[in-house]
Amino acid sequence: MPSLVDMLLNPSFWFSVLRVTTPIIFAAIAALITDKAGIMNISMEGTMLFSALAGTIVSALTQSAWIGLLGAMAAGVLLSLTLAYFTLELKTDVILGGVAINLFADGGSIFILYLLTGDKGTSVSLASKVLPSVTIPLIDKIPVLGAIISGHNALTYIAAATVFAVYFMLKSTPLGLKIRAVGENSSAAQSVGVSAKKIQYLSLALSGLIASLGGAYMSMAYLPNFSRNMTSGRGWIALAAEAMGQGGVLATSAASLVFGFADAMANALQMFSLPAELVGIIPYVATVIGLILYSVRIKNAKKRRGASKKPL
Amino acid sequence: MEPLLEARNISKVYPNGMAANRSVNFSLQKGEIHALAGENGAGKSTLMKILFGMEKPSEGELRLNGAPFSPSSPQDAISKGLGMVHQHFMLVPSFTIAQNVILGAAPRKGLSVDWKKAAQETADLSAKYNFSLDPNKRVEDLSVGMKQKVEIIKALYRGAKILILDEPTAVLTPQETAELFSQLFKLRESGITIVFISHKLKEVKAICNRITILRGGRNMGVFQVSDVSEQEISRLMVGRDVALKYDKDNIPPGDAILEINRLFLKNEDGKTKVSNVSLSVPGGRILGIAGVDGNGQNELARAVMGEIPIASGEIRICGKPATGKLQGVRQLETGYIPEDRMKQGTAGDASISDNLISIRLKSPEVCSKGILRKKKISALSESLVGLYRILCSSADQKVSMLSGGNMQKVVVARECSTSPKLLVADQPTRGVDVGSAELIHHKLLELRKNGTAILLVSADLNEVMELSDHLAIMFNGQISAYFEDPSQVSEEELGLYMLGLKKQEGIS
Repeated sequence: MPSLVDMLLNPSFWFSVLRVTTPIIFAAIAALITDKAGIMNISMEGTMLFSALAGTIVSALTQSAWIGLLGAMAAGVLLSLTLAYFTLELKTDVILGGVAINLFADGGSIFILYLLTGDKGTSVSLASKVLPSVTIPLIDKIPVLGAIISGHNALTYIAAATVFAVYFMLKSTPLGLKIRAVGENSSAAQSVGVSAKKIQYLSLALSGLIASLGGAYMSMAYLPNFSRNMTSGRGWIALAAEAMGQGGVLATSAASLVFGFADAMANALQMFSLPAELVGIIPYVATVIGLILYSVRIKNAKKRRGASKKPL
Repeated sequence: MEPLLEARNISKVYPNGMAANRSVNFSLQKGEIHALAGENGAGKSTLMKILFGMEKPSEGELRLNGAPFSPSSPQDAISKGLGMVHQHFMLVPSFTIAQNVILGAAPRKGLSVDWKKAAQETADLSAKYNFSLDPNKRVEDLSVGMKQKVEIIKALYRGAKILILDEPTAVLTPQETAELFSQLFKLRESGITIVFISHKLKEVKAICNRITILRGGRNMGVFQVSDVSEQEISRLMVGRDVALKYDKDNIPPGDAILEINRLFLKNEDGKTKVSNVSLSVPGGRILGIAGVDGNGQNELARAVMGEIPIASGEIRICGKPATGKLQGVRQLETGYIPEDRMKQGTAGDASISDNLISIRLKSPEVCSKGILRKKKISALSESLVGLYRILCSSADQKVSMLSGGNMQKVVVARECSTSPKLLVADQPTRGVDVGSAELIHHKLLELRKNGTAILLVSADLNEVMELSDHLAIMFNGQISAYFEDPSQVSEEELGLYMLGLKKQEGIS
């Protein structure tokens, strides 16, 4: 029986950490963008699930993985724009809207799956396509590191690129400045002619787009087909990662990696003779612990700041 | 000379039938500082909103440089050279000064904002008008006066030639006000035209060239400021003579009613908001607490009323310890005019009458054996409405339908009519028109005459100076100065204490 140390020293374990982190990072970054614009978007789970199904169906119909990916993206944006319409035009509570999207995606995806395949569980009967994996030349030759970093699905690299693109966008571009201004003080943004509504629409659309990549990853990379509720809480874990990242893109990505690590642990530990149910709760326990640590730290930081505040 | 900006026969009737402007004429000459004065609800804000593209006039026309001008949005008005500094600052706290200035009009370098150019242009504008702002400083770390400068620079960066300042001095100390004025002169020299909205007549007299006075949505006249006295201006604003000075009855002080001993207060995050404050107020005296907003005055008032817990020290009312519960403190015959009349002072959806009796439900006059005595209540309400000149259709009207001044009069009527032993008044006339403020001041002085001890917290220096028998100034949670007789101190000196530039020796 392999030991825990062996497992942690095995590059394939770390490869799997990156593999399982990919959808979490997409969803966490997606949540972060709307958060920056002042909207608490909790529809990641549903957006991912729906995009996962859309990717499978479109790729099966067109027999092209990349067009399937476009289909997933369109589904994600559409769903987020629906939420935007409810929130920004009809003024419904954004949390309730998010709950509605999640419930709709959960049931709706099974319904559509059943209509198309007659199966309520998986889409194996659809000849859907899978996105390619990429071997990075040169890097794959580096011992250990090559085995960890190279050979991932294209979307994993796109996730990494997304992190840096969003980081740059929020920090350095006029759009990022507007998004942050709207999130922090929308009347300040309005007073200089920045339309808060437009910016919030845009950030929700962007959020849907990025979350949809996470969904597509689930059904076109992580697994080769769609199965019901295949996101299994990753959208919620991503929200925890975003909360722990405290609005920082890089910190959110790091928190996503921590949850990815827990997820990979859960997968790897199934080789040991532990009850599968026990092992399966690891990512969720990690989420709870992470959130507790996060809120304790915030509270302490606030106390420290208060106590050390010197008179001017 | 042709006016730079002209509003002709502007009328604005809101959908609910309220006429905010009635055939108002307003004209600006290039390079002047033009005061727009009037009570709350006189139509100043509506007129400025029309100029700034936030509202459409129902009738009348605007002309800019002789050409028709109908701004469709603030953005449109900004692009035509108008700039507005709102009373509530429109700034993003976590952004730097430069980021706030360029927001929505950022210089670009490729995909990114050209940060260097942004900082440079902000620094250049700041230097040009002596604003001495560091473009890379975060706005949340700035004083109120500095934030206001950022707002002005924001407008100038967008090419404003006409600057509208909405009650710019309401939040400033005398020093900051003086500094602002010298900068406004500098702006005028460089060809900027300024609209100065204010009801502080001293300031209008000090810096403005001309004044337009509004009352009830009508233009009461345009004058050279040098040709009219403060007394004349206030008569035009209010429609009758207003006492700018009050006579205080000379009565001996009573026993100590409120005693505060070495009081410390902390907020939820454990941050110290009030430290080592000891004060005492006898019956028949008004103790004024002055200071820049946010230096612990509000917390002090709320702690006295038992709204927030005491970290250490003690508060005694009529010799009894105040228990840290609002209900308990209320039973010690105290009255409370809270800072926020909308959220705390009144229940907006309830009637005036319900609001008036809400603190007397235990009195047999109002409620006997658990049944409200409708007739007595309505008689009481009617008499208070008359006594406090609350403008309303009837005492059954919802409080939320009243104007700010009348809403505040409901609070004052409720709290003063029970003849409390102690009255805590937190910003009793903030945002209230001159007429209502005068009435509220008279009621406070009436209570004083009848032996009530009054703790008066106010950011309005004129108010505390006029009403207080004794005056304490708070800075950063501490008493930085205490004056037995405030009439002996100049406003400028008070300003030094308010800014923390000076502190009396031997005080806590």
